[in-house]
Amino acid sequence: MSELPLTRNVRADRSPTDLAAYEANGGYGGLRRAMAGLAPGDCLDIVKDSGLRGRGGAGFPTGMKWSFVPMENVSPGHKYLICNADEMEPGTFKDRLLLECDPHQLIEGMILAAYTIGADVAYIFIRAEYLKAAQLLREAIAEAKAKNYLGRDILGSGYHLEMHVHASAGRYICGEETALISSLEGKRANPRAKPPFPQVSGLWGRPTIVNNVETLCNIPHIIERGPEWFQGLGLGGDAGTKLYGVSGRVKNPGCWELPIGTPVREILEDRAGGMEDGYQLRGFLPGGGSTDFLVDEHLDLAMDYETIGKAGSRMGTGTMIILDDRTCPVGFVKNLIEFFAQESCGFCTPCRDGLPWNAQVLDDIEQGRGQLEDMDTLEQHVSYIGAIGNTHCALAPGAMEPLQSALKYFRDDFLRHIEERTCPYREVH
Amino acid sequence: MSEQLHSLPAETLTLSDAELAEIDAEIAHAPYRAAVAIDALKIVQAHRRWVSDDCLEALAAYLEMPPAELEGIATFYNLIFRQPVGEKVILVCNSVSCWIKGCEGIRAAVTEHLGIEPGQTTSDGRFTLLPITCLGACDRAPVMMVGDNKFEDVTVERIPAILEQDEGATPG
Repeated sequence: MSELPLTRNVRADRSPTDLAAYEANGGYGGLRRAMAGLAPGDCLDIVKDSGLRGRGGAGFPTGMKWSFVPMENVSPGHKYLICNADEMEPGTFKDRLLLECDPHQLIEGMILAAYTIGADVAYIFIRAEYLKAAQLLREAIAEAKAKNYLGRDILGSGYHLEMHVHASAGRYICGEETALISSLEGKRANPRAKPPFPQVSGLWGRPTIVNNVETLCNIPHIIERGPEWFQGLGLGGDAGTKLYGVSGRVKNPGCWELPIGTPVREILEDRAGGMEDGYQLRGFLPGGGSTDFLVDEHLDLAMDYETIGKAGSRMGTGTMIILDDRTCPVGFVKNLIEFFAQESCGFCTPCRDGLPWNAQVLDDIEQGRGQLEDMDTLEQHVSYIGAIGNTHCALAPGAMEPLQSALKYFRDDFLRHIEERTCPYREVH
Repeated sequence: MSEQLHSLPAETLTLSDAELAEIDAEIAHAPYRAAVAIDALKIVQAHRRWVSDDCLEALAAYLEMPPAELEGIATFYNLIFRQPVGEKVILVCNSVSCWIKGCEGIRAAVTEHLGIEPGQTTSDGRFTLLPITCLGACDRAPVMMVGDNKFEDVTVERIPAILEQDEGATPG
C-alpha cells in the first residue's frame, strides 16, 4: 500500500483532528521548513516541479496558475488567496471529508500558498450547509493564530497573513472562480469575463488565486517532502494521490484516497464493493454532474486527467455517479439539467433560456409526451450550448456533457420513451 | 433621549444592537460597507429566521447601498429567505445521487407527515419544507437536513422519528 498523505489524519469515525494531534503527526512541518529558509520563489518552483494539478475539476497545473501572480512592481495593496470550499457539484462529497476531518491540513496549505504568491489576506469560501466544517475551521484558525502560524510575523519570518471564513448563502455558480470572487465582494454571483484573469485583477481588483480544498491540502506535503516524492505517488502520467468517490447503487458507496491513475474498475469493485445485488452497471459519470457518461468498455481505464479526457469525458472532481440498469437514463439526465437550469446565474441567454428549454424537452420525453423531433432539438442544443465560447462561463457547456453522452450511449432509451409514450422504468421509480 | 431616537432614520431602528455588532465585525475587515451585504443578510436571518422588507431597507441604509440592489442580492441566493419560515427548515436533497436512491419518496413522506408541499410552512410554524441541491453526502444518499442537523441513509419509515425526535441526527 503506497502512502496516502491527505487522509493520514482521517479516523474511521470521522472525528476532527485538533491542533495537538495534527502537530503530533508532523503537522505544520511544511510551514516550519518554508519559514526557516524557503523564499516564495523556491516554494513556487517546488509546486511547479511537483506536477500538482487543480483538484476542483478543471485540472489546471497549480504552479503555473500561481506563476501568473505579479510578484514585482505591484501597486500597493492586498493580494488574496481564496480556498474554494463551495462543494456543490452533484455527486461530489470529497472536500467535506478533508474539511471535517483535518482542518489544519487545509490551513497549513493555505498559509504556504499565500506565502508563495505574496498574499496577506486569505478567505475560505465555504458552502452554507457545511455548518460543522465552517465551525471547525473557525476554531482551527484561532488555534493556528495562538501558535503564530497565522497573524503577524509568522514564526519570526516577517511574513503576515490573516484568514477569514466566509459562509455562502447558497448557489452552485459560486464554485466558478470569478463568480466566487463576485460573491465574496457581496454581490450576485455572476461570473466575470476573462481576461483580466483573477491572478492579475481578482477580489476587489487585486491579484487573487482561487484553489480547491483538495489542491491546497496537498501543498504542505509537497513543500515538506519535495516534488520527486509527490510524483512518485501517482500510477500513470499524473502526480500525487486523489480522493475518489462512488455514489449510486453500489454495495459500499464512499470516498477514498488512492494513487492518482487508479483504474476505474479497482475503485468501483475493490473500494465500492461492486453493484448492489440485482443491479447491473449501465454507465457512470466519472467526476460529478457535469462530466460525460462513460460505460462498461471504459472500466479498465486509469482515472487520471489524460486517460479519461481521451475517452471523451473528464475526471472532474473524481467522484463517480453510477447509472444502474433499473434507473431511467432520461430521468437521470433530466434531474441534472433541472439542477443546472435552476442554478444558472441568468446572465447569458443560452444558459438562462436554453437550459430550462432542455429540461422541458426531457420532461416531455420522460413523461411519454415526447416527439421524434425532440431528439433533434436536444442535439442542436448540445452542439450550440455545449460549445465553449457561446456562453459567458462553463456552467452551460458542463450541463450539456451528461446529455450529449446520454444521447450517444442511451439513445434507444430515449426512443423507447417516445415510441411507447411512457417511461419504461416507471415501476422502478 | 427620545429626541435623539427620532433624529435617526426610522429604518435603522429595526436592527438590534446585537445584529449591528456582528455586522460591524464583518465591516471591520472589508474595504467598503456594501461588501459585507451577504454576511449581513445572513446575520439578520440568523436572528430573525428571515429578512423582512423593513429589515432589508434598514440593512441597505446601514450598508450605504440602494435597497433594490440589496434585494437583487438577497433573492439571488437560495438560502436567504424573503418570506417567513418555520422554526426549522427542512432541506431534502433532490440532486442525482439522492434521486437514484429515492429522494422523491422521501419528499412525499415529509409532505404526507406534515401536510405541506415544498415552499410551505406548517400551520403551527414548526417546519418549512424546501428542496435543496446536492448536500455533499452522496455516499449516504438519500440525505436531508432539518434545521442545523444532517440525516443520512434516510428511509420513508424514519421520517416521523427524524422530524419529531431528531433521531439519527449528525451536525450539518
